[in-house]
Amino acid sequence: MSFEESERLETVPPSGIRRYFELAEEQDDIISLGVGEPDFAPPWAARDAAIESLERGKTSYTPNRGLRELREEIVAHVHDRYDLDYDADEEVLVTAGASEAVDLAFRAFHDPGDTVAVVQPSYLSYVPAARLAGADVVDVQTRREDEFKLTREVLEASGAAEADTLVLCYPNNPTGATMTREELEPVAEFVREHDLRVFADEIYAALSYEHDHTSIATLPGMRERTVVFNGFSKAYAMTGLRLGYALAPPEAIESMNRIHQYTMLSAPTTAQHAAIEALRNCEDDVAEMREQYDRRRNFVLSRFEEMGIDCFPASGAFYVFPECPWDDSEAFAEALIEEQGVAVVPGGVFGNGGESHLRVTYATGLDDLKEALARIEQFID
Amino acid sequence: MSSREKILPLLRENARYSTEDLARQTGLDVEEVEATIHELESDGVVHGYRAIVDRNQIEPERVRASVELNVTLDRETGYDDIAQRLAKFPEVEGLRLVSGDYDFAMDVEGDSMREVSNFISEQVAPVPEITQTVTHYIMETYKEGGVEFEDGDDDDRLSVSP
Repeated sequence: MSFEESERLETVPPSGIRRYFELAEEQDDIISLGVGEPDFAPPWAARDAAIESLERGKTSYTPNRGLRELREEIVAHVHDRYDLDYDADEEVLVTAGASEAVDLAFRAFHDPGDTVAVVQPSYLSYVPAARLAGADVVDVQTRREDEFKLTREVLEASGAAEADTLVLCYPNNPTGATMTREELEPVAEFVREHDLRVFADEIYAALSYEHDHTSIATLPGMRERTVVFNGFSKAYAMTGLRLGYALAPPEAIESMNRIHQYTMLSAPTTAQHAAIEALRNCEDDVAEMREQYDRRRNFVLSRFEEMGIDCFPASGAFYVFPECPWDDSEAFAEALIEEQGVAVVPGGVFGNGGESHLRVTYATGLDDLKEALARIEQFID
Repeated sequence: MSSREKILPLLRENARYSTEDLARQTGLDVEEVEATIHELESDGVVHGYRAIVDRNQIEPERVRASVELNVTLDRETGYDDIAQRLAKFPEVEGLRLVSGDYDFAMDVEGDSMREVSNFISEQVAPVPEITQTVTHYIMETYKEGGVEFEDGDDDDRLSVSP
C-alpha cells in the first residue's frame, strides 16, 4: 500500500510560489501587496446577523442548495442589478465560497477528453480544476495591446472553437481588466456559433470603477449556456466566511448539487445568515469600500507611471498588473521580498503570458501602499 | 464630481496628504489640487488643520469634560448671544446648540479636574441666562475625529495569496 498520487493529481503541479510564500513567512516586516483579500472587515450588519444566528443556535445544516431566504435575496439582487431572472428553487446553488462552485461546475460537466478554454492571464485555480475533472486545457491568451480584454480574434486564434467550455473572469484577477456590454457581444456571438458553455466568474462584479458591470448571461442566448459564479468574499469583505453561489439553468444546478450534496452537504450556516443581511442592508458599505479602492487604484497607477513602469490602467477588481522590470517575475518578487520586505505576486502564477508581469493588490491601506511603492521604487533604482 | 467633492473627503481623512498624493488619488493635476485647497480655505469651508491626539499617551494628561447647559432666553438675549460669550473662554474646546433635554453641549479642557470644576462653577454657571450645568468628565476616548484609537496592527491576512 502506498500513497501514490492519482494520474489526474499529477497533472496539477505544486504552487509555483511556495518558496516565495516561505520567504514571506520568515520576515515580520512585510508589507503585503500580494493577498487578494480586502483589508476591510465585513459590514457590521452582516457580522451582527452572523452573531445573532449563533446566539440563537442556528447552526444546523441548511438545505443542500442553501437557505431559501438567501436564494431569494440572491435572485432579487441579480434582478435589481442586471434585470436577469433566476428561479430561487431551481437555478441557484449556495456554495462554500465561489471556489467550490467553480470546482463543482468543472466536475459536473466534463469527461476525460473534453476541452476547456481558459482566458489567460486568469485566477490560478481554473486550470487545476479543469485537469482534476479530467479535461484538457486550451489557453486563450489575452494581450496587453487589447487591454487584456477577450476579443473574437484572440478566441479564434486560440482554438477555443473546439472547446466545450469557455472560462472567463471579468473584472479580471489579476489584470483588473473589465469588459463592457459592447465588448462582450462578439464573445457571445462566438460562443453561440460554436455552441460552447460559459463559466463566468463574476466575483469582482461589484468592483467595477469605470462602468457598471455587465454579466455575460444578460446577452441574447447566453443565460441558458452560462454558469455564473459569484460570492461575498470580495464585495462584502467576507473572505473567511466562505460563501459563494452559482446561477445556472435548472439541469446544471441539479448536476452541480449532486456533487455538492455528497461533499459539502450545505454551505456554512452562519455565513448564510450573514449573507442575507449583506444583500439586504449593506450596499452602502459596498459603495464606501468601492470608493476607497478607486482612490487607491488611482494612486497606485499614478505611482507606477511615475516610476516609468508600464501598467495597464485597470478598471476593476483590486489589482493592477504592471510589467515586471526583470525578465523573470518570480526572481523579481523573491528579491523584492528579501531586500525590501514587499510582497507582490509574480505574474507567471496566473498562466502563460503573465510571466512578464507582477500582480499588485491595492486592497491594503494607503499608508502601506505608499510605503510599499516607495520601496519598490528604491528597489528598481 | 467637482474637484471640491473629490478633495474634501480626503482632507478630512488626512489633512497631511501631500498635494501630490491628493492628485494621485483623485486623478486631478497638482495645480488643480492646490487651487481647490486654497479656494476651500479662503471660502471658509476649511477652517484649519489639527492633529488628532490620543491624550492617554501624553504626560501630563489633560482633563476633558462634556458639559450640558440649559439656558433661559429673554427678549434681548438669543442662543447666538450666549454662544458668543461662552465661545470666547479659552477653556471651551467645542460648543454646539443641540436638540433634546438640554440646550448647549460644551467641551471643556483643563490641566486638572479642579481647574475644570472651577471654570464651570466660577465662569460658566454665573452667566445669567444659564440655569443648569451637568458636567461629564471624559474617562476614555476610543474614537476622535473619525479616527479609532487602537494599535491598528491586527492584520493577520496571509502575506501571499495562492
